[in-house]
Amino acid sequence: MDANRIEKRIELKAPVSRVWQALTDFREFGQWFKVKLEAPFVPGQVSRGQITYPGYEHITWEARIDKMEPERLFSFTWPHVKSFEKSDKPAGYSSAPRTLVEFRLEPIPDSIGGGTLLVLTESGFDALPADWRPEAFRRNDGGWTEQMKNIESHVKQNP
Amino acid sequence: MSNKIRKRISAKPKARARVFAALGDKTRLALVARLCSGEAASISQLADDSKLTRQAITKHLGVLERAGIVRSSHAGRERLFQFDPEPLENLQDYLRSVSKQWDQTLARLKSHVEK
Repeated sequence: MDANRIEKRIELKAPVSRVWQALTDFREFGQWFKVKLEAPFVPGQVSRGQITYPGYEHITWEARIDKMEPERLFSFTWPHVKSFEKSDKPAGYSSAPRTLVEFRLEPIPDSIGGGTLLVLTESGFDALPADWRPEAFRRNDGGWTEQMKNIESHVKQNP
Repeated sequence: MSNKIRKRISAKPKARARVFAALGDKTRLALVARLCSGEAASISQLADDSKLTRQAITKHLGVLERAGIVRSSHAGRERLFQFDPEPLENLQDYLRSVSKQWDQTLARLKSHVEK
């Protein structure tokens, strides 16, 4: 893995126009991304909403829409914060380091099955401090370790 | 370099960029690969193993040391260099978790557009 960026390639069995709509219609984006957005995406403007993913509903989602080149490229930048406080919006969003998220679409020729090749990249991780250990990710990542600890302490408290 | 100094360096916002820059060079990557086994080596040992001059090796080790990837200690009159995986592990851990999140998110997009 390149240490500074993430790249994912995924083939979707749907035409480019369909994928473009799912990416850029704010209601559709919200359905699969699990965020309740307030307004349509506009390049250059900040998009905000409430995460609907179970367990993360207290988090405000925020991104600045970068490019919307129809059926080719949708991109935004978003902040990486160290922790999400109980208050709905982390105070650090405006000063937090940001990465660039790009969704690129390419039609797959019908002769080889058709559909859309989606290439996602997230870049700019060199803006983050080297000791970056966000709580939200640790919580998410260490799901099982955390659960084992919960069971352990439950058993200890209720012998 | 002491632990305290290393902590301070790695806490600086630019430290991550420095790690990337330090590794973005074939010679330095080769030095890191050589030191990856964990064994400390002196500049003359490293020079014996490669076509580089001692001077060039000293320069590259300096870059790696400032990035916190390599640390040195004195053994008599010699300086020994050792690989320090910590800064790399921090980077990798975070990217791995973001990467995993994207896998889940894109899987949801896939089922959304294919249904």
